Amino acid sequence: MVLMDAPLVLGIETSCDETGIGIVRGRQLLSNTIASSMDEHARYGGVVPEVAARAHLEALQPSIDAALAEAGVTLDEIDAVAVTSGPGLAGALMVGVGAAKGLAVALDKPLYAVNHLVGHIAADILDADAGELEYPTVALLVSGGHTSLLLVRDLTSDVELLGETMDDAAGEAFDKVARLLKLPYPGGPEIDRAAAAGDPTAIRFPRGLSRASDMASHRYDFSFSGLKTAVARWVEQHEAAGLPVPVADVAASFREAVVDVLVTKALDACERYGVPRLLLGGGVIANKRLRDVALERAAGAGVAVRIPPLRLCTDNGAMIAALAAELISSGRRPSTLAFGADSTLPVTEIQVAEDPDATAPAPLPARAAS
Amino acid sequence: MHRHKWDEVPRPTPDGTGVGRPGYPGTVIIGIDTSLGTAVAAIARDGEVLADEQSANALGHAEVIGDLLRRAAQAAPTPTHVAIGMGPGPFTGLRVGIATARAFAVGRGVPVVPVPSHDGVALGILLSDALTGTETPRFAVVTDARRKEFAYSVYDGIDDDGLPIRIMDATLSPRDDLDARLAEAGAARYDATSVSAAMIALAAARALDAGRELAGSEPLYLRSPDVVAAHAPKRVSA
Ligand SMILES: [Zn+2]
Repeated sequence: MVLMDAPLVLGIETSCDETGIGIVRGRQLLSNTIASSMDEHARYGGVVPEVAARAHLEALQPSIDAALAEAGVTLDEIDAVAVTSGPGLAGALMVGVGAAKGLAVALDKPLYAVNHLVGHIAADILDADAGELEYPTVALLVSGGHTSLLLVRDLTSDVELLGETMDDAAGEAFDKVARLLKLPYPGGPEIDRAAAAGDPTAIRFPRGLSRASDMASHRYDFSFSGLKTAVARWVEQHEAAGLPVPVADVAASFREAVVDVLVTKALDACERYGVPRLLLGGGVIANKRLRDVALERAAGAGVAVRIPPLRLCTDNGAMIAALAAELISSGRRPSTLAFGADSTLPVTEIQVAEDPDATAPAPLPARAAS
Repeated sequence: MHRHKWDEVPRPTPDGTGVGRPGYPGTVIIGIDTSLGTAVAAIARDGEVLADEQSANALGHAEVIGDLLRRAAQAAPTPTHVAIGMGPGPFTGLRVGIATARAFAVGRGVPVVPVPSHDGVALGILLSDALTGTETPRFAVVTDARRKEFAYSVYDGIDDDGLPIRIMDATLSPRDDLDARLAEAGAARYDATSVSAAMIALAAARALDAGRELAGSEPLYLRSPDVVAAHAPKRVSA
């Protein structure tokens, strides 16, 4: 296959509750179409895997149609199909994997099966207003499904996991604490709203895995379940004593504990690895307090922070397409058709099932003129 | 009847053939079913089987379906329709086939034809009995529905369109109750161990010829998602 221009890639993302179809031409974003089943999960207080998988199946074709229309391209122009193989919810991932294979076989086009977490990093290169992504960079990815700290030496070939959550993802902690405070789902924006009038220093909630004794084996890992329990206990004790619960202060103090531990560990990684760059990604980056604290403290530490546009921070297909476009540009061969969904895919596996017998698309300049 | 977007107007194929009219002489149907194992087939209008691919592995649908589909698509390069087995079957596996089939149809610009998976099994039984001149009694196609339940559909003969006469749509039954239910319905029990994608495609071909729809666009889940509404958080203090 010889590509005369930057590759036109359609990306499919179904790892959690967003059905994402993205279309990119190299590093140029043409469509970022997202159908979310979030509302269907609201009454359950969290993502229900079966509900999410059913919703993906129904949303896929309308989303593909909408993405093609927005991008102004037709399917026969597509150079490659990309899909999230993992990590994520197995049943949800499988809907995307099936669809991607059906589409790739129908179009007789190469298929790239990629890593969702690395996709979050790739979202950054679609930001036309940002400069070139410099390596190495530390990346902090925070969402309802994951909380990971990565060292990225090269997007397509060298991503190292420094640490991740040992229990709940940060976004999940927001959802659970929101429920404790009788706030609706999703918890992030609700906690934010409640915290606006609160004092973040009112209650000193614990910072998980931050003791000196944790530094040996969990320096870059996270834990939020202890924090959630501490909030629950504090609220119960207040109620037992017949005192009104100061929701604003609890929300602000809880949020501060999450933000503090995230930013502290990320900047610690920057310092220890001598990397003055921090990339933020994942849906929880929508939290303004997290962005503000990260920017303020990073500035103090001499670390430059990159934050992709928020619509590219939440789960989406454009980041999956962007990662595949980078893989193609770096000469990687497509995946075989024999991969599946891998709910625990390690971040070191940037691409899954690269086909040793396939021909690599012709390497391209990273930013081909169109 | 509610018509889903998937079932809308056939788009012309890129090469201008495959108009996809029912009964069009060039009709070639790709059939896909992942309700019980993974099966992909292709048949011509006259019923000739161009490809019949399957994996016995009860799991691994997502892993195997791409290669099976590619082989079937090579044997039938310009399909006019994609027939989909809509279940019942374990949800996760069932969805792989439906997602693959729908996306393949989008990629080729051809319409999908949903078929109850049990109809494919029933058609196979009726045709094989017809071949040997055996009278087929009223029978039930039975598949495992997990959670100590079976899914079953009851059939009684074949109609003038060459389609199984389904007298009871797919229904769940506790395992222990099934035989009593079938005795009451006067139906012999047929436990299906696989679903033939060729039979799914053939049922679709006959339905198209007759201008009939065998299933809606919703998968035959038969069960609501297994969820519990959010309850009050558990106490953590003693
Ligand atoms: Zn994500």
